[in-house]
Amino acid sequence: MRRLSQRSAPLLVALFVLAGWEELVRVRGLPPYILPAPSLIAETLWADRAILAVSLFVTLKITFAALATSAVASLALAVLFRQSRWIERSLYPYAVILQVTPIVAIAPLILIYVEDPFAVMLVCATIVAFFPILSNTMLGLRSVDPGLEDFFRLQGAGRLETLWLLHLPSALPYFLSGLRIAGGLALIGAVVAEFVSSTTAGGATGLAWRIIEAGQRLNVPRMFAALALIAFAGIAIFALLTALSHLILRRWHESARTEEETEG
Amino acid sequence: MRLLGLDRLGHRFASGTQALSGVSLEVERGEFLSILGPSGCGKSTLLRLVMGLERPTEGAIAWAGARPRIGVVFQEPTLMPWASVIDNVALPLRLQGLDRAERLAAAQAAIEMVGLAGFEKAVPRELSGGMKMRVSIARAFSAKPELLLMDEPFAALDEITRLRLDDELRDLWRAQGLTVLFVTHSVFESVYLSTRIAVMSARPGRVADSLTIGHSADGAAFRASADYARQCGLVSAALGRAMAA
Repeated sequence: MRRLSQRSAPLLVALFVLAGWEELVRVRGLPPYILPAPSLIAETLWADRAILAVSLFVTLKITFAALATSAVASLALAVLFRQSRWIERSLYPYAVILQVTPIVAIAPLILIYVEDPFAVMLVCATIVAFFPILSNTMLGLRSVDPGLEDFFRLQGAGRLETLWLLHLPSALPYFLSGLRIAGGLALIGAVVAEFVSSTTAGGATGLAWRIIEAGQRLNVPRMFAALALIAFAGIAIFALLTALSHLILRRWHESARTEEETEG
Repeated sequence: MRLLGLDRLGHRFASGTQALSGVSLEVERGEFLSILGPSGCGKSTLLRLVMGLERPTEGAIAWAGARPRIGVVFQEPTLMPWASVIDNVALPLRLQGLDRAERLAAAQAAIEMVGLAGFEKAVPRELSGGMKMRVSIARAFSAKPELLLMDEPFAALDEITRLRLDDELRDLWRAQGLTVLFVTHSVFESVYLSTRIAVMSARPGRVADSLTIGHSADGAAFRASADYARQCGLVSAALGRAMAA
């Protein structure tokens, strides 16, 4: 019972805010190009569903492609760094530089050197998303139980065996936690990349581009509708990655304990 | 017959602390030798030197013949939390390169030996502290070691579990005819388990005394006997002298 009310609490907040918003628009008689009512936004979502669905698909495609690319690249880099402190010291600072430089500032350069619009957005979103996976996985690869490390050494385990049987499984919870953060960042990266590239590249038709286009036409309800879709997509990606992480770790990792187990 | 000899072994940490100094000790094949000493006397370091995880800064370790197969049990169970009991137990065999069927059969036998049949598929989180330690012991036994090195393996367990595991360990040692080097800070445990006890003194760690233990009975009968109490007294006195020195 307590859990049910805990879960419904945020929904209740949303309900209150939306009802207040709806009421404000009605009482003040605000025109839709100033502030559309939630009911009108919902109507627009439905009426423009064909256009918006295509755009959502484009944005999600970039997001997931970037997430996959950054996951593979970060994992490979983290493993490489674990093998040699020298490589880590030489390359890691550049990963940090790439992370702290705002993507909006890098994107125009990428636009110059990369021709394919999809590739431009993929590169941008990947740059935004890769760092949390890299740093988390690096932490995980270094947080191996020292007793197990000794045990492997004692049994004469080779480098590759130790990596495969000990280091990678130890790092898995950290990797998945990084992936969860990166999911949201990949979406942000995809949206920012669309904003930046839409001014020059003609092929962009993602949600961000829909927002710009609708803004130019003063179609404010559609702007809100596209924005809502981006938010929903972000929540869905987070939920999906959380579920994936839980599914993989539920048998052995402390983070995936259910409430009953913790209390019992 | 001698299995290994420690010849004036000394170890100084990188920090400059002298952990061990002039440790000379002969380990006979088939004996159950306990290293008894207060915490911080370097007994764990001594074991790490024998394991080959650290190199001694003075002296040498001489094996009679080739280095034997070594099984280890640490103070913590140190199991892979993501792997099932049977995969944990089979780990040394996997690292030796045995094929899957072979190592699962050997691991199964070791699991039955420590009384964990039926828990093969469980992961460590689902087991109690005593059961995890049994898995750790089964893992040490799965590769059929000639020398078993144990570093205060039962120190973190409750008294009841600890006594039972002491019994089981002694039975396994007698049945398998292997050599055990057992580090502990418990006088009672060492007298109950060992055929010989090396008493260590601290700062720097040295072997202060070596006592042979006679077992006039087995199991609970030995624990309740006056002979056991007498030998515990002797070992306590030796430990007291070592700590005062």
